[in-house]
Amino acid sequence: MSKRTDLLLSIADDELILGWRNSEWTGIAPFLEEDVAFSSIAQNEIGHARALYELAAAELGTTADELAFDRKPEEYRCAPLVELRRLEWARTIARHWLYETADEIRLATLKASDDPEIAGIATKMDREEAYHRMHAEMWIDRLLSTDDGRSRLDEAVDELWPYALGVLDDELRWKLRARVEARLGRTLPEIEAVPRGVHGAELAELWEEMTLVRRSAPPGSQW
Amino acid sequence: MIFEVFRQERKGQPFQHAGSVVAPDEQFAEIYAREQYGRRQESVALWLVARDDVSEIAEFPDEFDLKYRRVDGYSIKTRLREARERAGTLDMAPGGSDAA
Amino acid sequence: MDARANEFLEYVQSGGQVETGDWMPDEYRARLVKFIEMHGNSELMGVLPERDWILRAPTLQRKLALTAKIQDEVGHAQLIYRVVEDLGKPRGACLDDLVSGKAKFHNVFHYPTKTWGDVGVIAWLVDAAAIVSQKALLKCSYAPYARIMKKICWEESFHILHGRDVILAMVTGTDEQFELVQEALDRWWEPLMHFHGNPIPAEDDPMFIWRIKSQGNEEARQQFLDGYVPQIRELGLVVPDPNLRKDEERGVWLYTEPDWEKLRSVVTGHGPASEERLAFRRLSRQDVAWVERVVLAEAA
Repeated sequence: MSKRTDLLLSIADDELILGWRNSEWTGIAPFLEEDVAFSSIAQNEIGHARALYELAAAELGTTADELAFDRKPEEYRCAPLVELRRLEWARTIARHWLYETADEIRLATLKASDDPEIAGIATKMDREEAYHRMHAEMWIDRLLSTDDGRSRLDEAVDELWPYALGVLDDELRWKLRARVEARLGRTLPEIEAVPRGVHGAELAELWEEMTLVRRSAPPGSQW
Repeated sequence: MIFEVFRQERKGQPFQHAGSVVAPDEQFAEIYAREQYGRRQESVALWLVARDDVSEIAEFPDEFDLKYRRVDGYSIKTRLREARERAGTLDMAPGGSDAA
Repeated sequence: MDARANEFLEYVQSGGQVETGDWMPDEYRARLVKFIEMHGNSELMGVLPERDWILRAPTLQRKLALTAKIQDEVGHAQLIYRVVEDLGKPRGACLDDLVSGKAKFHNVFHYPTKTWGDVGVIAWLVDAAAIVSQKALLKCSYAPYARIMKKICWEESFHILHGRDVILAMVTGTDEQFELVQEALDRWWEPLMHFHGNPIPAEDDPMFIWRIKSQGNEEARQQFLDGYVPQIRELGLVVPDPNLRKDEERGVWLYTEPDWEKLRSVVTGHGPASEERLAFRRLSRQDVAWVERVVLAEAA
């Protein structure tokens, strides 16, 4: 697998799995409006995943759906941050904000890529994610504005911090730290990142259910 | 807070009232209105106004029947017929002798 | 009924429209709130049978379409509860009554979804049954509700197409996939026949008398059968009612009389999935109570 494919699959897998995690609030978000908002975010993410899979599929001689669903759990390249199950609301917001911030940093590098297809898709993704960031920032504002909100957010960020670092390659992690610390007005502990490459039990469980219907019919069946 | 949402379907069309969203502040309201009235690219623009800032006017008195200011305040049929009779042009009127 | 209420009744029966601030008889307001609230509850509860299938969707396209469909339903609940709120009942009270079992929601959302066949059948036929009623509601005497029905009908039109597309893919696929659809249809036929309610004549239905509904239950059911039985049969699927046929002379569909007692039992919370779904909603409402506090608090 080329470095390019590896890169494409990492981001695609991140967006696919996070797209599902965001959909887990469907019907049960704190307010209906948030339900609708997270649903749009989830659709954008799955749309991104699809576009990225299509690029990788062209290289590998397969299809986006086959890449999305027909690999074994160990073959997925997503960061552990996105694999964590439906978190309670403060952690959901924390993850949403941490991921979007990390993703912005990642996309900034990709937009400058010599590879026009990668640069192109990164630019499009960034334009859509501007709205995700707006939404996340709004929530951070709100949570920081009350003692209760701030303490819940702090707890959530502290817990997710090692995972957040793991979204980015080593050389970009300092940028994430700088942004997060500036926004929260405090320093975060020096800690080992939870990097890509090792999946928890949650991904296998998710994969089982995600591929249930697809595996019930012969490969190549139309749906 | 309740925010009334007005949407413009296409450039050139008037803004029409589309509904309302509940939000703690304008920032949230913008995001929610965008979702509720624009996620399918069905509007080119939205206006948001806090409900408290909207005032309604619903009474328009016309006690003395000042109909002269409207088209329905005029009935020219009878005089027009008289005029055509006098001028001998009754059968020349396009659309018939009683057409306006 | 007093003279003022009588005048109001004549007004709505001759096509008059009512706005939020207008005077309305207590009975009208009460029935309106109950009806519209039930609709909002139904859109919200309708999410639960379908949401699990977002994860299980067998292609990216289906995953996206299903997410968008369900999103619409939540959006509809939001629109509908806004109307109820403007009539005087806050959304929180509606949700409390929903999870406590005091308020009702449509029968179809009390049933489990077992296979991807259900996903297709629900999006195609349940949404079709709903849209028959919703189109009639475009003429509701209460204008704010009639207005949101326009947006709702527009959004639901893609749901039915998506549902039909899902079904078509399966009925032209493997034999097993075809069977999945037939089996789902077998299970959903009774709830579909129940959907429009018992055949109370329009003139005896208070909802029709006040022009909240503009058609009777049986009329709606007949419209649904007219539109969709041919669509079902042309795919080679069998409707699990041997007595279902159209009396061409009278222009009326004949069918096995549904069990109306069962419908009553289902909507009062005794359906196969009622309790589980309400419990799920109850739990999630508790979990996020703090969020409302934080969001509504004054900035520190």
